[in-house]
Amino acid sequence: MSVDPQRDPVKGQNGQNVGQGGGKNGYRVIGSRPLRPDGTDKVTGRARFGADIRLPDTLYGKILRSPHAHARIRAIDTSRAQALPGVKAVVTAADLPSVESKIQDLGEGAINLRYLSDNLLAHSKVLYHGHPIAAVAATSPHIAEEALALIQVEYELLPPVLDARSAMAEDAPILHEDLRTDEMGVRGDRPTNVASHLRHQRGDLEAGFAAADVIVEREFFTSPVHQGYIEPQAATALYNADGQITIWTTTQGPFSVREQVAQVLQIPIGRIRVIPTEIGGGFGGKINVYLEPVAVLLSRKAGHHPVKMVMNRDEVLKATGPTSGSYIRVKMGANKEGKITAAQVFMAYEAGAYPGSPVGAGAGVILAPYRLENLQIDGYDVVVNKPRAAAYRAPGGTNAAFASETVIDELCEKLGMDPLEFRLINGAKEGDRRADGPVYARIGYLETVKAIQAHPHYTAPLEGKHRGRGVASGFWFNWGGRSSATASLNADGSVSLVEGSPDIGGTRASIAMQLAESLGIPYEQVKPQVTDTDSVAYNDVTGGSRTTFATGLAAYELGQKLKAEMLRRLADLWETEPEAIHYEDGVFSHGEERLGFQEAAAKIHETGEPVMVSTTVYPKGVGPGFATHVVDVEVDPETGKVTILRYTAAQDVGKAIHPSYVEGQIHGGVAQGIGWGLNEEYVYDQEGHLLNASFLDYRIPTALDLPMIDTVLVEAPNPGHPYGVRGVGEVPIVPPAAALANAIYRAVGVRMNVLPMSPARILEAIWAKEAQAKEPV
Amino acid sequence: MPTVWIPPLLRELTGGQERVTVPGRTVGEVIQALEERFPGIQERLCQGNRLRPGITVTVDGVLGAKGLREAVSPESEVHFVPAIGGG
Repeated sequence: MSVDPQRDPVKGQNGQNVGQGGGKNGYRVIGSRPLRPDGTDKVTGRARFGADIRLPDTLYGKILRSPHAHARIRAIDTSRAQALPGVKAVVTAADLPSVESKIQDLGEGAINLRYLSDNLLAHSKVLYHGHPIAAVAATSPHIAEEALALIQVEYELLPPVLDARSAMAEDAPILHEDLRTDEMGVRGDRPTNVASHLRHQRGDLEAGFAAADVIVEREFFTSPVHQGYIEPQAATALYNADGQITIWTTTQGPFSVREQVAQVLQIPIGRIRVIPTEIGGGFGGKINVYLEPVAVLLSRKAGHHPVKMVMNRDEVLKATGPTSGSYIRVKMGANKEGKITAAQVFMAYEAGAYPGSPVGAGAGVILAPYRLENLQIDGYDVVVNKPRAAAYRAPGGTNAAFASETVIDELCEKLGMDPLEFRLINGAKEGDRRADGPVYARIGYLETVKAIQAHPHYTAPLEGKHRGRGVASGFWFNWGGRSSATASLNADGSVSLVEGSPDIGGTRASIAMQLAESLGIPYEQVKPQVTDTDSVAYNDVTGGSRTTFATGLAAYELGQKLKAEMLRRLADLWETEPEAIHYEDGVFSHGEERLGFQEAAAKIHETGEPVMVSTTVYPKGVGPGFATHVVDVEVDPETGKVTILRYTAAQDVGKAIHPSYVEGQIHGGVAQGIGWGLNEEYVYDQEGHLLNASFLDYRIPTALDLPMIDTVLVEAPNPGHPYGVRGVGEVPIVPPAAALANAIYRAVGVRMNVLPMSPARILEAIWAKEAQAKEPV
Repeated sequence: MPTVWIPPLLRELTGGQERVTVPGRTVGEVIQALEERFPGIQERLCQGNRLRPGITVTVDGVLGAKGLREAVSPESEVHFVPAIGGG
């Protein structure tokens, strides 16, 4: 379903938006649902993913990983591995160049180069179970694996620290002796696991809580969860004899890979070409490099053979991703009229082995939907003996919203208010101030609340025992970033579009649609392709929900430039000025002269130089995203199992370029949020060994676990984009865990404060509630 | 003059002031003006000739792409906020 305050939605048989292109919404192409250009290759198995790269004389690389969560490396002996027939190269951290301790933005956020290097191959300590120690390249994967078993590593075991609160304790084992707490430029004076502290604060907390009629304070615990992309990390690198390096890899950001490889190996970027393959999911987890620099080292050491490295699922779960586990405490007060009077938040996010958790994002998300006068948020980035945290779809947002939206639900209960009415009273709108300071431009949060309020789901009776309905809202910043693209006019009127943003969620189509719209031609005439780092100017990663917005803006500009160039050429032919030529509905006209777009392209091809235009953008007008979700659940009180009966997600999508792909993003975000809410978690033993490093034991949702997910596309156009585009990919993962927790409470009367809300945890909570009820008063 | 919201962890340098007005046509000039009034604040916000890693600036609610060279108007509102990465 689509709701646009300015336009009437076109609905299909099931009420879904079937597209408003073809001029019905004022656009010719935008709002329609054409086929994706990469669809045929993907459904027929011809698309080439990371592991499909096959080059002559390829060697196979494998990585030796730490069996311990925290240990000093006393010695590494690789001599037996090197002597094994078929082994061509063995590398350890000693083969990495020394890099200084320097924080640098490598297109994937700021990172200390020394940490990046140490995460590729451990230098003096291993910091998590699965930390790479050495790598082998051999003539077959089996020989490489055999060689790994011959590498001798002598460890001095150290006690691990496995959660943020333990790591913050005075006597906690220290991961990095040189780490000091940074508080906006002030460095602490003693070794610590707390990498940084941030704060947002305004108003008068004390007065705010004094004005409250109801105060709720709760604490929340969440475990690390993995992005769970289907395609494991895979990279092939060739360090050629002439010093030129080519890397084929499955990545969200080929330019970021180039930067990271260049910095960590101290090689100029001009010698590195990165070719992105098709990508089988990323969700933020395919931005950091894990294999690429190691494959480059092995290729050089093995005598300039290509080296191919493909992770298995065990490696993916142990050593890539995940996102942070967290401890969050929320205190919130409201008066009888339902106005929030004060909010105080403490959040400690596990960064994994190296600083860099998304606590800053979490701190921005946690109170973002609300208009608040008195607030304080303290966030801590804490290192623990787990893999280095990576971005994951609205990084830090789901666990933050789980905490705040659960507390809000409890406030509503205590006040006897409908949770959506409460949100309408407190919800942020244009001109209100975000919790972290800046003022919102045009946003559509309240529209998402109203859309759920008006949806038949919210008013439908929910009958039966142990059933409950919950709602929750979410926010995500979205991002702009840098994008570049090129368009060439072909003689038959088709337009070749070359872009540098890897296509994860259908962006070839959504970007080509914007070029087609800008040019006034059918979508099918645009031929998009994603290219390598030598073939287009710089592009930031496909992430942060930025690609359809920013690369789409580049496509819009390409269309305007290409049209202007065609007008100039036709003006030359028709001996007039470009301004005198009229262009409408794909037809150029001037007096008696008329040429359709295809005819004009042919004419231009015959009469002069080819037409090609390029553009680069770094847009500022990013529009943040809001969502409100409602879910019905049934809880089995005997087993604790949660069955989702119905799910509806309303989201401010700005303008849905390709509504099917927008809906797909919402479905995917909700599915991942449900997994995080109900099943997914990293399970460690006390020594820090990851116990569930397979998809059998790390339980992502399957189709059997999920209901049909209804979507409501609220279109509050972003004024910062010519077509009103906002990023849509991340915010849908923010509300689900909280919405589920609130539904579970209404179903069985227990407030869950731990993720995931697995059957065992729900049973324990039910039993605890029953035991409490039996206690004598 | 532009209004600068002082990050809470830097308010010890501004005597607790939450926001101040200082002259400047760019973020860099604004920070220099802050430094003149509140010595030490520049070092907390900048590393060399750029904003510290992990810090970004918004001018009138819009994330700046140019860092210290970002333009500000006399009516502008300037915030220093954590740099956020997406997924």
